[in-house]
Amino acid sequence: MAVAIGKARLEAVALDEDEYRTIVRALGRDPNDLELGMLGAMWSEHCSYKTSKALLRQLPTEGPHVLQGPGENAGAVDIGDGLAVVFKIESHNHPSAIEPYQGAATGVGGILRDVFAMGARPIAILNALRFGPLEEGRNRHLFQGVVAGIGGYGNCFGCPTVGGEVYFDRGYADNPIVNAMCVGLVAQSRLRRAKADRTGDVVLMVGADTGRDGIHGATFASVEMDERSVSRRPAVQVGNPFLEKLLCEACLQLNELDGVTAIQDLGAAGLTSAASELAHRGRRGIDIDIDRVSRREQGMSAYEVMLSESQERMLVVVRPPAEAAVRQIVDHFELHADRVGSVTSTGRIRIREAGVVVADLPLKTLIDGVPLRSPAATFPDKPLSPLLPSVDEPEAILLDLIASPNLRSRRPIYRTYDHQVQDNTVFGPGFDAALLRVPGTRKALALTTDGNPWYVVLDPYEGTKAAVAEAARNIVCTGARPIAVTNCLNFGNPQRPQVFGQLQECTRGMADACRAFELPVVSGNVSLYNETSERNIPPTPVIGMVGLLDDVSARCPAGFQDDGDLVFLLGETREELAGSAYFRLLGAKLEGRPPMVSLEMERRLQAGLLDSIGRGVLRCAHDVADGGLLIALAESALFGGRGLRCPGIAGPVSREAFYFGESQGRVIVSVAPRRVPELQKLMAHHHVPLHAIGVVGGDDFQVGSEIRVPLDTLRAAWETPF
Amino acid sequence: MRTGIVVFPGTWSDRDCFHAVGEILGEPVRYVDHRERALDDLELVVLPGGFSYGDYLRCGAIARFAPVMEAVADFANRGGLVLGICNGFQILQEARLLPGALLRNASCEFRCEWVHLRVEQSDSAFTLDCRPGQVLRIPISHGEGNFFADAATLESLERAGRVVFRYCAPDGRVTAAANPNGSLGNIAGISNARGNVVGMMPHPERACEALLGSEDGLAVFRSAIHALTRVAV
Repeated sequence: MAVAIGKARLEAVALDEDEYRTIVRALGRDPNDLELGMLGAMWSEHCSYKTSKALLRQLPTEGPHVLQGPGENAGAVDIGDGLAVVFKIESHNHPSAIEPYQGAATGVGGILRDVFAMGARPIAILNALRFGPLEEGRNRHLFQGVVAGIGGYGNCFGCPTVGGEVYFDRGYADNPIVNAMCVGLVAQSRLRRAKADRTGDVVLMVGADTGRDGIHGATFASVEMDERSVSRRPAVQVGNPFLEKLLCEACLQLNELDGVTAIQDLGAAGLTSAASELAHRGRRGIDIDIDRVSRREQGMSAYEVMLSESQERMLVVVRPPAEAAVRQIVDHFELHADRVGSVTSTGRIRIREAGVVVADLPLKTLIDGVPLRSPAATFPDKPLSPLLPSVDEPEAILLDLIASPNLRSRRPIYRTYDHQVQDNTVFGPGFDAALLRVPGTRKALALTTDGNPWYVVLDPYEGTKAAVAEAARNIVCTGARPIAVTNCLNFGNPQRPQVFGQLQECTRGMADACRAFELPVVSGNVSLYNETSERNIPPTPVIGMVGLLDDVSARCPAGFQDDGDLVFLLGETREELAGSAYFRLLGAKLEGRPPMVSLEMERRLQAGLLDSIGRGVLRCAHDVADGGLLIALAESALFGGRGLRCPGIAGPVSREAFYFGESQGRVIVSVAPRRVPELQKLMAHHHVPLHAIGVVGGDDFQVGSEIRVPLDTLRAAWETPF
Repeated sequence: MRTGIVVFPGTWSDRDCFHAVGEILGEPVRYVDHRERALDDLELVVLPGGFSYGDYLRCGAIARFAPVMEAVADFANRGGLVLGICNGFQILQEARLLPGALLRNASCEFRCEWVHLRVEQSDSAFTLDCRPGQVLRIPISHGEGNFFADAATLESLERAGRVVFRYCAPDGRVTAAANPNGSLGNIAGISNARGNVVGMMPHPERACEALLGSEDGLAVFRSAIHALTRVAV
C-alpha cells in the first residue's frame, strides 16, 4: 500500500510509514490532522512502550500484597491496618535538558498527580538525578536548575522530599536524567482506579485552564535530541504547585464521594491520553466537547487543546446525580470544573467542535494498536578488569574519594528541599533509606532510589541486579522489609543494537533479582531516546523501593551510636575493583567485570540483618556501596559524630580491594560488646561471614598505622560544596 | 485551650499544627477557613506555614487581604493569643500585627534544617514555660526568613524585650555561623508590645515528638496553655 502522506507530516508526529499504514488499515481511511496528532502522541514511545513492552512482561508484577500492579496511574500495595501504599517513579529527562527548572518541577508535579489520582495523599517525594561533570558550565546550569525546580515544586506543594541520589558522569553531559518518585497513603477502601466503566457518566475537567504549553511533549520525549531541541522549549510545560496543592486537596475530598467513578491525571499527551485511557480501561467510549474546555489563550485549535500538556489538570468522571456535590467541593477550593464530555458505550473517542465531529477513533487502535518494535540487539564482550599499580597512600585516597562529587555529602542539595513537612520523617535524606512513620499506626515505611550507573555500563545484567540488591539492602539497613518495586528505565536510542541489547539485559537482570527477593514490580516508566548527536547516555535503570517496618521503635540508624561499640563487616569481600569510585579517581578506563551479585548470598545477608535488627542486637547498620568499605565506615563515623579505631584490617583480598572495592552484599554494623556473641550466633545461623573491624570512639578515624584523620578533617572533606 | 488553625489556600503546616495541638497535647482544636469572619469561640489562633496563594508575590502579601485576617486583627486587639509560624509570621508582618519584614535568605536558597534557638524572654505568651537563655532545638524550612527592620524599629524591639527567639549555637552562643538566613541580630521570633502575638520562622509543630528528633517545640504550645490559665486566674 502506498503511503499517501508527506514525510514531514509523519516526522512531526514521530511515526514511521509502517505505523501510518497500520493506522489506515485500522481506520479504513486516512486519519485527519487532529487524529494523526492524537495517534502520534499515543503511539509515541513515551505513551505506548512499543519498544519495551515485550521486555517488561518478564518482570514479576504479582504478589500476595499487591493491590494494583502496572497499568494504572500508580501501583499499590497492602501494608496492613486497612492501608495501602501507592507509588510510582517517572522520568522527565527531555524537558529538563531544555528547561531544567520547569522540567524538573513539572516532573514532580506529574508524579504527585499520579498518586493523588489514586485517592492517596502524597507523603513523600524521592528522586534520581544524573548530570555531566560540574566543571562544565552547562552541566552546572542544568544541575542547579533541576535541584531548584524539585525544591520549588515540592516545597510549595507541601510534600517532603525525603530521599534520592545524584551522580555525575561525562556520559550524561548532553542528556541529564531526572526521575521523580512519589509515595502516598490511602485507606484500601478508598483506593481508586481510573476506570470510566459507567455509560452516561459525565466527564469534568478540574484544575488549570488549557494553554499552548507542552504541545507534543510526549512525542518530543520519544525522539533523540539535537541542536534544534532548544527550539522545542514550548514543548516544556510550566508548573504551578500552588494550584496543584488545591487540586490535590479537592481530589482527596472528591475521592470520598461515592458518585465519583474515576479520577485521571492529565500528563503526557494531555486530554487525548487521559480521556482515552479512562474509557478504554472501563471498556467504554468517550465523547469530548472541545468547546467546553476552558482556555488560557484565544484561538486555540482542537489539535492544540487535545495535545496540550498544560499541568495541574484532572479529569473527574461522575454519576450525573453527584455532579452538584462534586461542584460544591471544587468551588470550596476556588477551582472550576468544565463538563467536557461523557462516557459512551461506543468503544471510540469522539471529539466535537462547534457541534461537528472532528475526530473519531477506535480506542483499541489508539491505545493498543501500535505495532510493537523489536529492534536488533548486540551484546559486547566483557573485557577483563584493567590492572592498576598498588597505592601507598590510602589516607590521601580516602580523603580524595570522600570529597569527590559522587561521594561527598548531599546536604547542600537536600537542605534546599523541605524534607519534614507532614510530620512523618524519622530518617530524612542522606542515609541508606528514608524512614517515614505511618500516621495512626506503629509502622514505618522505608524508601529509597538506587542505580549505580557504572556497573550497568560494564554489565547491564549484573549492574541491574546490583541496583535491586542495593535498594533492598538500603531498606533492610533501617530494619524494614522490602515489599515492592517501581522502576524507571532510562536508555539511549533503542534503534541502535547496542542500546537495545543493554535494555534487554537490564530488564532480565531486574526480573531475576526481583524474583529472587520475591519483590513485585508494581509501577514504572521507560525513557528511551536519551541521545544527542549520536551520543547515548549510559544505560540507567533506577530502582525505587518501598519497605515496611512493623514497629518504628525497632528502627536501626546508619551512624555509630556509642563509644566502645564494636564494628563488624557482614558479607564477603572479593577482588572486585572494576567500576569502582576508586578506579575512577585514579583515572582508570571504565572496563572489566563489575561486582557480581550472588542473589542467594544477598538473601542470606538481608535475612540475617533483619533478624539481628528485629532482636535489637544492632546499634547501627550501613550499606557498603560506592567507594567501598572505608567510605562506608567513614560515613557511619560522620553520621554518628564518633571516631573509629581499627587495628590493621585485612581481608582475603588485596588491600585496594578490601579498602575501596565495591563487592556487593556487604553491610557494616555496630554492636554493644555484650551482644557480640548473639551477633556471631545469628550470622552463623544465616551463613553470613562476619569480619571484626574495630571500636567506635575517639576524635579520629583511624585504620591501622596508615590512616589517622581527625573527624573534623574528614567532615571538611566530605562537606566539600558542589 | 480552644485553638483555631487558619487555612489559607496553599497552607500546608495546618495538619502538622492540628496534630501537635489536638493529638499530642490533646487540646480542642479546629480548622479556620480563610473566609471566616468570627473567631469568638477561640482562645488561640495559629497562622501555620505554607505558601499562601502560592506566594508568587511577596510572601503573605495576598493572604493579609483574606477575610479572616480582619477577624484575626480584632482577636489580637482583644488580647487573644496569636502564633504565626513561618508563612504565618510573614502574614502577620504584612498585616502590620508585627513589625519588620522577612527578606530572601542571605544564601538565596531555601533551607530546611535543624537549628538552635535561644529563648530571649519568657514573658511572651509562647515562652512562659521557658527560662530566659534556654536553648530549643527546632527545624526551619523557608526561603524568606531573613528578618529585617529599620534601625529605630530594631532598637525599640530590643529595648522592649520583644525579641523572643534568636538563632544560636547548641551551647546558646549567638554567632554568625548559627544564623541560617542572615537575620538581623539572629532574630528568629518576635512579639507585639502586649506579648500576645508572636511570630517565628522555625516550626515548633515539627519538634513535638522524640521520634521526629525533638520535643522542644512543645514548650511553645504549652506556654500558651499556661498563659490562658493565668489569664483565667
